Amino acid sequence: MPSKLVDKYLREAHLPHIWCPGCGHGVLMRDVAQAVDNIGLDRNKVVLVSGIGCSSRAAGYMDFNTMHTTHGRALAFATGIKMARPDLEVICIMGDGDASAIGGNHLIHAARRNIGITAIVFNNDIYGMTGGQYSPTTPYGEKGTTAPYGNIDRPFDIAKIAQACGATYTARGTAYDAVLTTKLIEDGIRHKGFSVIECASICPTYYGRKNKKGSAVDMYTWQKENSIRVEKAQAMSPEELKGKLVVGKLSEDDFPELTEQYQAIIDRVRK
Amino acid sequence: MGKVKLMQGNEACVEGALYAGCRFYAGYPITPSTEIAEGCAVRLPQVGGHFIQMEDEIASCAAAIGASAAGVKSMTATSGPGFSLKQENLGYACLTEIPFVLVDVPRAGPSTGLPTSPSQGDVMQAKWGTHGDHPMIAIAPSTVEECFKLCVRCFNLSEKYRTPVIFLMDEIVGHLREGIEIPEEGELEIVNRAIPEDPAHAKKPYATKEGSTVPVMAPFGAGERYNITGLIHADDGFPTNSTEIADKQVRRLLAKIDDNLDDILSWEETSMDDAEVCVVCFGGTARSVQSAVETLRAEGVKVGMFRPITVWPFPAKKMREIAGKVKKIIVAEHNDGQMLLEVQRVTGLYDKIGFVGKVNGTVITPDEIVKAVKEG
Repeated sequence: MPSKLVDKYLREAHLPHIWCPGCGHGVLMRDVAQAVDNIGLDRNKVVLVSGIGCSSRAAGYMDFNTMHTTHGRALAFATGIKMARPDLEVICIMGDGDASAIGGNHLIHAARRNIGITAIVFNNDIYGMTGGQYSPTTPYGEKGTTAPYGNIDRPFDIAKIAQACGATYTARGTAYDAVLTTKLIEDGIRHKGFSVIECASICPTYYGRKNKKGSAVDMYTWQKENSIRVEKAQAMSPEELKGKLVVGKLSEDDFPELTEQYQAIIDRVRK
Repeated sequence: MGKVKLMQGNEACVEGALYAGCRFYAGYPITPSTEIAEGCAVRLPQVGGHFIQMEDEIASCAAAIGASAAGVKSMTATSGPGFSLKQENLGYACLTEIPFVLVDVPRAGPSTGLPTSPSQGDVMQAKWGTHGDHPMIAIAPSTVEECFKLCVRCFNLSEKYRTPVIFLMDEIVGHLREGIEIPEEGELEIVNRAIPEDPAHAKKPYATKEGSTVPVMAPFGAGERYNITGLIHADDGFPTNSTEIADKQVRRLLAKIDDNLDDILSWEETSMDDAEVCVVCFGGTARSVQSAVETLRAEGVKVGMFRPITVWPFPAKKMREIAGKVKKIIVAEHNDGQMLLEVQRVTGLYDKIGFVGKVNGTVITPDEIVKAVKEG
């Protein structure tokens, strides 16, 4: 049944979406819409930039100023938009390979600059659009079509990388916990500097089948049973946290936002 | 009359961009174009614009396109290795029809090559560097004054046709210092992209009006709320797999240039009226050719120079017309014969065309041109 959110924020003429049954991306897209609605942003001033991959199709479905760019480059395009027009609210939706493999350089530097962009990573631990190749977040030992004997690379912790590189707001949500994830996205958008919300999604079609994770329901149940709130995780040992998803607001720091600093330069040198 | 200033080609490019209304620059340091980034870093905030040094060449191209999508005229500059990296998003701008100016100040190559030496080895890359069939305009200056004025022209063409324009400089003009007269405000024409009268009610950003091949789009934030994608898209901006629409879209992109050659093409002819020999060159090479033509004319040799200013699209019709009049054509360029290929192709003359080329990072001297003309 269509909700008010669908009426207001989705381009119904361009639905149904291309995502597989059970995919977590639809839930996460709804969370983004709910977060924007909760804040009451003017849709005309919201720019949603995406890269390439399953997650990036969200941009085309949402009724904002939307830009579906090249693979990995969403944050680089978004940086140009935000820098040239600081009055616009710029949000990026990226996938895990998009944000942390081909776009890894752009992610760490956007974080370093603390530019006022909200980066939302739909992390399903796999390249779904191309049929299930392992990504930088595929867990160690798991399989992909290009890791047929098991992945021997260690996975990235995207939120931790972002924090280490200077992002002043980092959080992790899940496709399972829509209420929490919506709140984290909302807080990320409200935050002035660069914010990264890593959203654990699920890919039952490729990741799930290849790694015998059961149905989409089984995968959501796994997320439910293995999510640990950050407050609780603080009292747990690394061994106890192994294989768990630490969710919630992971960090928030105070540092001047890039475009505000640049405006101060303009005010100082303008002739 | 404007102020006369002594400046470098790269500096003149910055001033030309500001004159044209450029208010955003994203770049990455690379010789021999770095002065353009440095100039923009100083000058843009002085006029209320924004400069950003990005993490790499790919990102600077992306940021420039992003800024333009948000309605701000933008530029990025680079040299050979960076030009290779920018090709990805250059194609994105062609297909999404987002105007911006990409300055390339080539170095001798391939690869990292000779970073501080003159070259014109990026001619074919300017046209064919990004994948797929796409429109491309490239303009080559041969004086510091042209670095200013033609940069304005690059912005104008980009805005008018909603397509990226390559300002194909070279190290000779980029690092040359000459006195130039800075045009007064209003002296040169400034073109701004057309936008819909009522953006909030505009429905199809990529639709074109009868008789035009250029869409009228609002900048992001004006209320049109459309979609931009590097996938083949319909007039509404959304992806499609329709082969019919794909054909229509790519052909329209190409027609934006092909149907407007009279407006886009420009060239210079020197001493061509009675010339029996024509030396074809572009950019900084013209300085040596011009000198050689003067020397030869003083000796009574009927030689002239044809210099395409618009390098892409190549002025094919004009080149054929010249080929029909002169006895001999010689192409001079700082590469192994890239424009030569185009001259051969459009004239149908192959072995009959002489060539002076250099790939060692030194400048072709007037004497070398004189010698080539005399040897016929």
